[in-house]
Amino acid sequence: MGYSLNAVQAEAVLQALKQNYSVYAPKRFPKQGRYSDTDVIRYAEVEHYEDIVWQVKSDYPAKEVLTPIQQAIFYFTEDEYRASKGPKKPILILARPCDINAQHVQAKIYAGNGGYTDLYYERMREKVKFALMECNGGDDTCFCVSMGTNKTDDYSLALKFSDEGVQVQVTDEAFAPYFEGMPQAGYTPAFVEENELKVTVPDLDDKAVRLALKSHPMWKEFDGRCISCGACTVACSTCTCFTTRDVIYGDNPEVGERRRITASCQIAGFDQMAGQREFRSTAGERMRYKVLHKFHDYKARFGEGHMCVGCGRCTHRCPELISISATVNKVNAAVNEIKAGLAQQ
Amino acid sequence: MTNPVQPQACEILSVKKESRHEWTFRVATDAKPAHGQFMQLSIPMIGEAPISVSAQGDGWLEFTIRSVGKVTNVIFEKEAGDTLFLRGPYGKGWPVEQFRDKHLVVITGGTGLAPVRSMLNMLAADPGFAKSVHLISGFKNEDGIVFHSELEAWKEKFSTIYALDNDAKEGWRTGLVTTFVKEIPLDSFDGDYAVVVVGPPPMMKFTGLELMNHGVDAEKVWMSFERKMSCAVGKCGHCRIDEVYVCLDGPVFPYTVARDLVD
Repeated sequence: MGYSLNAVQAEAVLQALKQNYSVYAPKRFPKQGRYSDTDVIRYAEVEHYEDIVWQVKSDYPAKEVLTPIQQAIFYFTEDEYRASKGPKKPILILARPCDINAQHVQAKIYAGNGGYTDLYYERMREKVKFALMECNGGDDTCFCVSMGTNKTDDYSLALKFSDEGVQVQVTDEAFAPYFEGMPQAGYTPAFVEENELKVTVPDLDDKAVRLALKSHPMWKEFDGRCISCGACTVACSTCTCFTTRDVIYGDNPEVGERRRITASCQIAGFDQMAGQREFRSTAGERMRYKVLHKFHDYKARFGEGHMCVGCGRCTHRCPELISISATVNKVNAAVNEIKAGLAQQ
Repeated sequence: MTNPVQPQACEILSVKKESRHEWTFRVATDAKPAHGQFMQLSIPMIGEAPISVSAQGDGWLEFTIRSVGKVTNVIFEKEAGDTLFLRGPYGKGWPVEQFRDKHLVVITGGTGLAPVRSMLNMLAADPGFAKSVHLISGFKNEDGIVFHSELEAWKEKFSTIYALDNDAKEGWRTGLVTTFVKEIPLDSFDGDYAVVVVGPPPMMKFTGLELMNHGVDAEKVWMSFERKMSCAVGKCGHCRIDEVYVCLDGPVFPYTVARDLVD
């Protein structure tokens, strides 16, 4: 079923939805950007239709709703760890195809890897339904088509925003009642068919090539450029890593909570054990670790697609202007060089 | 839905000082880990750490812990009757059944002896299990020696070489464990052997290379890794190397896998 709503009608539907759902969408936070007088656009619960930022890609991914930067996983006393409670209300997330596809990646790790299902992810994921935001092509950092993440059928609603209002396709009957009496108009979402930016994922199936790539001098460039700040992994649609940390309340050292806090393999200490040296002690090594996870290791473990969904947010957020697509191109050049060298032997 | 990271309160039964920095905690639990598996230990207010099981018996497990980190230092203030929180066991341990009726070589560096201790105790108690056991245990110095009484007892059961890296000690050798690889009577094994290596990463790397130099079959060598972990169930990402998660696919790896892993 399709509808065409103006802003007033869309606001009415949103308010009705909000009775039963927590509705999350990209929202503008004025003056909270990293440079003076700039805004940041990130996911948050929306109060009004006008809060929804659809014109541009959000700076931060939709994963922040499902896997928050930090969350309490246990409350403890000296003799008990009690798991925190999950969300009570169902959640509706407005997201572009890259962000929806990213959840299939996060789920492979959180809800399957090693036969363990993470309680905190799963109880959240069970509550979530997606409203697809038709993507107008993103920006010059996007390469979803190259990664095959430009399309999805995992949505309950599809939305096409414009200055005039929003076109809606309802694919999940549970949402039909919210649109009763609204003006009907046929709408089927379109998907981005071509990005300005195209990325060729290097062929790393050959173990000898892969091993040679790991010690290739190309990674040394990042020792000078990357400042190991972790902005790329926070902005990444699929990065899942976290650390657990215990926090006490006030003066009573026997009562507190165990928190799960987003961790970054790009920040020093990620692999460091107590009293031991780091395994990856340079920015270049950390970059190599991240890039190969996104464009080889994840797929080698789980099959199907690569971990990177081509949202381009890491490029967008990097304070040193390191581009992931340019980096992958450098990997391609290095791989070609290595293959030519191996062929000569 | 079950919570795979739920810790359970367990009573500390005893605390034994192995060396100045390494203490063994015996904890009451019904968990039945395989030799070489590990558990997550946690303490309220501090956090969690993966610790290998260094011995086990009916209703208890032992953990030998070095006082180097935030979590482990607080454990050192605990005494019998206090509570520790445990979850696990996790990971893949030693492929013990593959060692049956073979000549077994065990090479350890420092506290790397802990993850093989429960298997060595089993082998000592069941002398018919392996054709022979050759133990090479190296320690940095006298202060670093752990499991004194067992090292003595194992001399009677196994063929042993104990060594300190640089210092002299009566009845002990001086030198890195790699130095003694050439003394393993490989020729007498008739190909029917397995080698277990566990210790700090450089020790394992160079021991592996030295074993290969002496013609040891890479497919008969096993190593146990230690990496940072927050969850131990393949979610937190800290222990991932390439497409492998040490918590799920290890900590014990065949050398054919271990040698190609690049952190």
